[in-house]
Amino acid sequence: MGEARILLRDAADASAIIPAEVERKLTMLELLWNDGFVRKSVIIIFLAAAWEIYGTILNNPLLFPTFHDTILTMFDKVRDGTIPLRAWASLKVLFMGYAAGIILAAIFTILAISTRIGTDFLETITAMFNPLPAIALLPLALIWFGLGNGSLVFVLIHSVLWPVALNTHSGFKSVSNTLRMVGRNYGLRGLPYVARILIPAAFGSILTGLKIGWAFAWRTLIAAELVFGVSSGQGGLGWFIFENRNLLDIPAVFAGLLTVIVIGLIVENLIFRTIERNTVQKWGTQS
Amino acid sequence: MAALLDVSDVTLRYKTSSAVVTATERVSFTVDRSDRFVLLGPSGCGKSTLLKAVGGYMTPSEGKMRISGREISEPGADRMMIFQEFDQLLPWKTVLENVMFPLLMTRRLPRKEAEARARAYIEKVSLTRVVDAYPHTLSGGMKQRVAIARGMAMEPDILLMDEPFAALDALTRRTCQDELLQLWAETKFTVLFVTHSIAEAIKIGNRILLLSPHPGRVKAEVIDVDQVSGEDGSAARLEKQIHDLLFADAVTAH
Repeated sequence: MGEARILLRDAADASAIIPAEVERKLTMLELLWNDGFVRKSVIIIFLAAAWEIYGTILNNPLLFPTFHDTILTMFDKVRDGTIPLRAWASLKVLFMGYAAGIILAAIFTILAISTRIGTDFLETITAMFNPLPAIALLPLALIWFGLGNGSLVFVLIHSVLWPVALNTHSGFKSVSNTLRMVGRNYGLRGLPYVARILIPAAFGSILTGLKIGWAFAWRTLIAAELVFGVSSGQGGLGWFIFENRNLLDIPAVFAGLLTVIVIGLIVENLIFRTIERNTVQKWGTQS
Repeated sequence: MAALLDVSDVTLRYKTSSAVVTATERVSFTVDRSDRFVLLGPSGCGKSTLLKAVGGYMTPSEGKMRISGREISEPGADRMMIFQEFDQLLPWKTVLENVMFPLLMTRRLPRKEAEARARAYIEKVSLTRVVDAYPHTLSGGMKQRVAIARGMAMEPDILLMDEPFAALDALTRRTCQDELLQLWAETKFTVLFVTHSIAEAIKIGNRILLLSPHPGRVKAEVIDVDQVSGEDGSAARLEKQIHDLLFADAVTAH
């Protein structure tokens, strides 16, 4: 029977070879381009330039004001306090509706995971109401709650509740069996089990639900304010847009729309991105 | 001395969408303190189901299971499970927090002492270097070692291991087996270990319960497994014997 032999490579030989390039520092430009924020900023600058050029060519501020007109108007309106005041009026109502919607969604999903009939209830009711546009309930809400914040909060709850509940529930359902067994191994049950195992394990889905809910709520609110904005003498951003259209102050209309966009971008890119970076990305459960 | 774990005449059945399946039938065995007891059998012999029942995740249709004299009725931290799946670590917690988690959840120890004990066990599995890392940055073998540290830190009556090394590559599996034996030599914990690998069963166990499939029944029990050794070929002979025994009726049955 033969025997295998081990041939050692001479170490002295290896040191004579010039070390290969293992790591190369990226240049400044490459580093910048790798940053998503930089790339997106470039896109936004490009869009703003296109807007400016089109507005200048059209030369009709009543139909389509230029970018710098809009920015100037926006700057004025921010400085005299109109836009911050209106935005704050909108956001206040939004927070109320958003918070109430999330609390209701939490109650619904916890019921849904504890009993089978609760699951059936949630699945049926979300299937019914999720496709129903919140704004379609506004006429009814006006009859029930009158011309005030009550009606707005009602339609906001409707726009937040279903996407949040739906995503949270599907997140809970997709928590792996192993993690469930691990949690039960330590004697966790009931609410502590939900809080310690299910919510963190399904956090990616929950966050998606919250983001969709936020977007739905924001656009529902602006639309609802456009239909009827004056509640207790102080309208929100939607009403600001409507008012200025009636006054044919089109740059102000654009400034209002731009504010809606900017607030949306800030919430999406600052608040939700920060939460994502510190949770699901850090945990490696979402890239 | 009464046995630590006493399983007597246990029949386990579970429902699928179309039928009731009998996983094990009238299985009896006892595990003593400091045993390395291995459940060995081909797939379908109900060994994992049996382990889950000991873990308290299933109630037997017949028979009784007792741990330290108490009847097993639900999952509990006196029986720590270690799973095959890598996702048994909580991804939102660091290695240290993962090991501390059961100690805190069961209110076994206050935070400070829990941290000290967790660090000690992380050092035992030589993972001090990654104590603050999140699980997704670890390799499969490291994840399993964290899970073992987490189980051992609770100092449970018994560790239940469900093919913990089956998803590892061959080299890592060997290292993990050696490490487990070394840990056992240090603390002499009791472990109930499920595997479908005969070689692993011989390496890990001091007693092996052989199960036959469909439904799972006890075929034989091998004792004094730690007397065999790889050097004089006795381990290889035992492996052959067990293999022949397990697959004897596979030939006649079909």
